[in-house]
Amino acid sequence: MTEKQTDTAQHTLVVRNMNVYYGAFRAINNVSLNIERNKITALIGPSGCGKSTVLRSLNRMNDLVNGARVEGEVLFHEQNLYANDVDAVEVRRRIGMVFQKPNPFPKSIYDNIAFGPRINGWKGTKSEMDDLVERCLRQAALWDDVKDKLKESGLALSGGQQQRLCIARALAVEPEVILMDEPCSALDPISTLKIEELMMELRQRYTIAIVTHNMQQAARASDYTAFFLMNDQRAGELVEYGPTGDLFTNPKDKRTEDYITGRFG
Amino acid sequence: MTTLNDELKSGLPQGEASRRNVASRRRKGAIWRTIFLSATIFGLIALSLLVYNVVNEVFGYVATEYAVDPATLSDKPLDELNKDELVAVLQGNMRKNAFRTLENEKPMANRSDSEVYDLVIERVLKPQTLETWTLRDSWFNKAAIDAQVASEFPEAKLEFRSWISTSFLTTPMSSDPLRAGVRTALLGSLWMIGITILFAFPIGVGAAIYLEEYATDNRFNRIIQTNINNLAGVPSIIYGMLGLVIFVRTLEPITSGRIFGADSGNGRTIVAASLTMMLLILPIMIINGQEAIRAVPLSLRQASYGLGATKWQTIWHHVLPNALPGIFTGTILAISRAIGETAPLIVVGASTFIVTDPDGPFAKFTALPIQIYNWTSRPQPEFAHIAASAIVVLLVMLLSLNAIAVLLRNRFSKRG
Repeated sequence: MTEKQTDTAQHTLVVRNMNVYYGAFRAINNVSLNIERNKITALIGPSGCGKSTVLRSLNRMNDLVNGARVEGEVLFHEQNLYANDVDAVEVRRRIGMVFQKPNPFPKSIYDNIAFGPRINGWKGTKSEMDDLVERCLRQAALWDDVKDKLKESGLALSGGQQQRLCIARALAVEPEVILMDEPCSALDPISTLKIEELMMELRQRYTIAIVTHNMQQAARASDYTAFFLMNDQRAGELVEYGPTGDLFTNPKDKRTEDYITGRFG
Repeated sequence: MTTLNDELKSGLPQGEASRRNVASRRRKGAIWRTIFLSATIFGLIALSLLVYNVVNEVFGYVATEYAVDPATLSDKPLDELNKDELVAVLQGNMRKNAFRTLENEKPMANRSDSEVYDLVIERVLKPQTLETWTLRDSWFNKAAIDAQVASEFPEAKLEFRSWISTSFLTTPMSSDPLRAGVRTALLGSLWMIGITILFAFPIGVGAAIYLEEYATDNRFNRIIQTNINNLAGVPSIIYGMLGLVIFVRTLEPITSGRIFGADSGNGRTIVAASLTMMLLILPIMIINGQEAIRAVPLSLRQASYGLGATKWQTIWHHVLPNALPGIFTGTILAISRAIGETAPLIVVGASTFIVTDPDGPFAKFTALPIQIYNWTSRPQPEFAHIAASAIVVLLVMLLSLNAIAVLLRNRFSKRG
C-alpha cells in the first residue's frame, strides 16, 4: 500500500484500516483504499480473497449478514459511514449496488425503475416519473429495447437486458457511487461488452467500483485496480493498488505479477 | 497408457460385466418405480372406496307408509285439491293448538300451494319409513326389493329418493330423518370458519413475519420456534380443553357477548369455538407462513435494500407479495383441518340438537362434523343416509372454500 494519503475531498470513498469480521473470523485484514471520483475502480483477486466483502462494506450491505462486523473507517464526503448516527438506509440510497446475478423485481419494467424513487419519498407527478423512468433506461442503454413494453415483466428480458435494467434501477435513486459485484459473471461476452461500454459512459456522472473475476475486464474497463489476496489466516488483504495501466504492465509486488500473468489463482 | 487401463480394470466392471451391472441397476430402479406406483394406486383405491361408500348411502329406494290413508281425507286424490281445500284438510285433521302454531309461524294465506301440500303430507299423512335400501341394492336388486315390499309392506309406497336435496340443505335439524336438514349446521360451520380465518390469518402471518424477519437467533426465540413446531402436532381434543378453560369459562363475559349487550347465557358460542379453532390452526399457519417467507429469494431482498429500502418496505413490497401464494397454500391446509375438526367442538360445547339459525358470533351453534357424528351414532338406518348426505355437504363446502383460496393464490402469483 504505497498510495499516499491525499485530501479526502478528492476521493469519493476513503477506506481507512478496515477489518471485517464474520463472527470470530476475520475476513478482511487492515485494508486502506481510496475510490477516486468519476473513475472506475476494479477489485480483483482469487476466490475467497474478500473483494466482495470489501465492496459490500462500502454501502453497509454487510449489515444484512448475521454476525458481520466492521472495524475502521469508510469515509464518504468525510463522514464515516460506520459512525453511530449514520443510517444504513440513507447510505444505500447514495451508494447504489448492482449484484452478480441479475435480480429484477417480479414487476413491470416501469415499476422496477419507479420502485426506488417511490420508497424514498418521491413527490413528483406521474409524468415526471415517466421522464425519470425514460432517463434512467436511456442512461442504461436499455430504452430502445424496452420502450414499447414498459408494462411487461422485468423477468421477461434477456440476462444482459435484466442486468442493464438493474443498473437503470440503481440510477433512479440518484446515487453518487455505484458498486458492482461481478455484474457480468452470469452474462455472455456480447452482453458483457455492452455493460462495460455502459460503465465507461456512466463514469462521467458516477463513481464506480466493480468486483470482477475477469482480469481482461479489469484491464479493459477500469481506471484503477486493487489486487486482493488471502493471508495465512485466510483473511483478505490488499496487496497492491494503483492505476490500472501501471498495475498490469509494471506490478510492484511479486504476487501481483504472478497473479496477472496467470501463474496462480 | 497401460498403467491407466490396468488401474481402471482393477476396480470397475468391464465389457460384459459392465453391461450386466447397468442392467441390474436399471432393474432396481424399475422395482422401486413399481413400489411407488402401487402406493399411489393404493391411495386412489382408498379414495374411491370412500366416495363409493358415501354415494351408496346418499341415493336409494325408500318404502314409506302413511299413518293416515289419504283416501279418508278427501274424495278426490290429494294432488288435485286446490289450496283452500288443502287448508281445510289441515284444519280438520290437526289439533287446534298445532294448527294455530303453524298459522302464527306464517299465515296460511301467505303460503304457496306446494308449501301447504307439503304440510298436509307432513302433519296429516305422517309418512313412516319402513325400510331403506342403498344405491347398490337399488340398482342391482330392484326385483328383490319389489318382492320384499310386496310381501312385507303391501300398503307401502316405494320411491327412489335422493337423501341430499335442496330441502335437506334448507331445513333445520329434526328428530325425523325424513324431515331433518343441515341448514343450522351448515350456517354454524360457515360462521365458525369465517371468524376463525378472520383471527388466524392476521395473527398467523404476523407471527410468521416476526419469527422469520425480525427475531434474532437466540435461545429464547429458538424455544418459541421449537414449541410452535410441537404445537402443530398436539391432539385437537387438548385444544378443546384449552378452549373450554380459556374462552368458554375464563373469558365468558366476552364469548357470551355479555359486554357487547348480546347475552347468550354462557360462553358456549360460535366465537368461543372459532377462537379455539384459531389456536388449533395457528401453528400450521405460522409454520407454512415462515416457509413461504423463507422461500423468497435473498437476491430480491438485497435488490430492495440496495435501493435504500427500509426493512419494513422490503417486507411489505417484496417479501409479502412473493410469499402470499405460499401463505394461501398454508391457509388452505389450515381451513381444511379446522372445518373437519369435531373433538374440540364437542369439548367447547357445540349443541347437537338445535333448530334456530345462528344469528351472529354470540349464538349457540352446531357444526357439520358434530351433526354427522350425532347422526352416525344413531341406530336407525335412515340416519346413516342423512349422515352420508351431510358428509357430501361437508366435502362440497370444503372443496368450495379451497377453490376460493386456490383462486386467490393464483391471482397473487400471476401479479407482477
